[in-house]
Amino acid sequence: MQEKNVAHIIALSKELRWQIGDDFHDSLAESIYADASKIVEGSVTKGDQKSSFRIDSKIDKIVTSKIWGFPLMLFILGVVLWLTIIGANYPSGMLAQLLLDTCHPLLKEGASAIGLPWWLDGFLIDGVYLAVAWVIAVMLPPMAIFFPLFTLLEDFGYLPRVAFNMDHLFKKSGAHGKQALTMSMGFGCNAAGVVATRIIDSPRERLIAIITNNFSLCNGRWPTQILLATIFIGAVVPSTYSSLASLSAVIGIAVLGIFFMFFFSWALSRTVLKGEVSTFNLELPPYRPPVFWKTIYTSLIDRTLIVLWRAIIFAAPAGAVIWLISNIYIGDESIALWAIHSLDGFGFLLGLNGVVLLAYIVAIPANEIVIPTILMLTVMATGIPGGEGVGVMFELDSVTATADILKAGGWTLLTAVNVMLFSLLHNPCSTTIYTIYKETNSAKWTIVASVLPVVAGFVITFLVAQIWRILG
Amino acid sequence: MEKQPHSACDTCSHFNADGLKKLGVQIADFDFVVALAGNPNTGKSTVFNALTGLRQHTGNWPGKTVTRAEGAFEYDKQKYKLIDLPGTYSLLSTSEDEEVARNFILFGKPTVTVIVVDASRLERNLNLALQILEITDNAVLCLNLMDEANRNQIEIDTRALSRDLGIPVVATSARHKEGIPELIQTISELANNKIQCTPRKIKNIPQNISKAVQELSASIEKEYPEISNSRWIALRLLEGDTQIVEALKTGTFI
Repeated sequence: MQEKNVAHIIALSKELRWQIGDDFHDSLAESIYADASKIVEGSVTKGDQKSSFRIDSKIDKIVTSKIWGFPLMLFILGVVLWLTIIGANYPSGMLAQLLLDTCHPLLKEGASAIGLPWWLDGFLIDGVYLAVAWVIAVMLPPMAIFFPLFTLLEDFGYLPRVAFNMDHLFKKSGAHGKQALTMSMGFGCNAAGVVATRIIDSPRERLIAIITNNFSLCNGRWPTQILLATIFIGAVVPSTYSSLASLSAVIGIAVLGIFFMFFFSWALSRTVLKGEVSTFNLELPPYRPPVFWKTIYTSLIDRTLIVLWRAIIFAAPAGAVIWLISNIYIGDESIALWAIHSLDGFGFLLGLNGVVLLAYIVAIPANEIVIPTILMLTVMATGIPGGEGVGVMFELDSVTATADILKAGGWTLLTAVNVMLFSLLHNPCSTTIYTIYKETNSAKWTIVASVLPVVAGFVITFLVAQIWRILG
Repeated sequence: MEKQPHSACDTCSHFNADGLKKLGVQIADFDFVVALAGNPNTGKSTVFNALTGLRQHTGNWPGKTVTRAEGAFEYDKQKYKLIDLPGTYSLLSTSEDEEVARNFILFGKPTVTVIVVDASRLERNLNLALQILEITDNAVLCLNLMDEANRNQIEIDTRALSRDLGIPVVATSARHKEGIPELIQTISELANNKIQCTPRKIKNIPQNISKAVQELSASIEKEYPEISNSRWIALRLLEGDTQIVEALKTGTFI
């Protein structure tokens, strides 16, 4: 007798629910509150507590003010990015030297010493090893700076203020105010941002937050933006202003992403995901001085290493694929060359080229490897000297050398701008896609979330390219 | 540096510091299940880390823990599995995080529930505490962030609070590891039935509702005489909670 006969209880509950009426929920909540306040009356005495509350509310007045709120947000984002860009340069260079200039030749020598066949040596050392090394050299330093800074801000209590500032914008676009928090998480990693949407109660608003999270520029895409902005945007202005110009360009792309997030939230909530905006209480926690070293430690362990590990796991097979498609021939053309040539026409329409499009296909597992893939494919397609051989991913010692290769590959300012735009507006990485599927449990919404940004990217880059060419 | 006692209790003979072992994620063969519940941003994850020795990331924003995290510690040769539930303001709504918390306390039947509250915001936090006490009898109120409350010159009479709520109250400041030994001691006494709780049930419910609840819980108790939280189940039934209806059929909450 597993199933108990409870039909009469359920029937009774339905009848009683009818009797007590609609305000059941509210009056229950009210009586709980009344109870709580009575208990507190008997046990809590408050002294003169104005002082510390005054400091908190003074900070809040500035941080969430209508005039200063947004400029301050941009300023803080700017400072964090600036520290990341400047600070990451040196350790990146050192790691590159160690892993690429020192270890790589050693490995090659070791491989020939034990008589490894050329294809296995190329596949493992030039493909897998170099991809992993590149990801470590380029990603570890900025992450080791960006994540702790972000975590310190988080521990201090700034994130809820960001949510507070952006709440009415999200509301206007028909989304949930807490989406501001998931958006902020997305700036670190979109997969983490998608998981964070669980704090949103309504399924409709949660779906909107999941679908549009990809418009938060993630950690794997910041380096691409920074590199291209430094090479192409910084070069347009006099050299004294070049770092300021490239920094503004990167922030501009991030803000554009936020704009697209609002736009698509608005569009979705007006069409397929119609519904009421739900209200919620957002508690502004007190400012707490972060426990500095502990925060640094946990953010390094929890975030940096986990994201890095993921990047390595995906970079290794991608490196192998790049090496394979450059070394397997159909007729007298390698698969890579054949793909580049077939994609060139479409790429031209978008102000991009076949190399970029192929790189974005190869780099679906991890956004971090887009730039090295582009460089490698460009060297191969143009036949210019440089790099280490066919299908070998490499990192160039200086930004100028990277610039030379890209320019030899036919890059113009338009190409750079459009790659920056396309880096913002393209499909999420495979981890994020998988996370979206796990969170929504729906193939349909996973496809929507994956395809929507690519289509947006095609449309925007196409428009920019056409207008640019007409005006230029 | 590690030799320094974090609080007077570490050196007190009543606190068995040698009996405490932080087990991190080794959660096999536990004797008791302890749930950590509370409002968002009250430092549940910090308490969790202090108890288990784990370093789960903590953040100063409400809603950081969206899934439940698990860890373990050993005290006096008994193993405790600890579940860090997502922070919620109440247990009455339909959002996923509240559902996780509500269902775990009801269906997971933790031996002890630690209700973590922000001492400076006690009134707002008690809202959730009172709801939890409707579901479970064995609970302890962890009055966390005491350092902030002291700085704000808020004084709390823990004995009066404990009497009013009918459960033990422990003042802590988990960030600085203060009060954690006392909390562990209280959890162990609760788990071994050395402390009896007589939790306060929600009063002041309007006449028509309390009559309906009484009638409904009486009929539930007729079918399930052994349960103590029939009032909560009645409240959920009036709310139309489909999971409760399902559980009622199969009797999973016993």
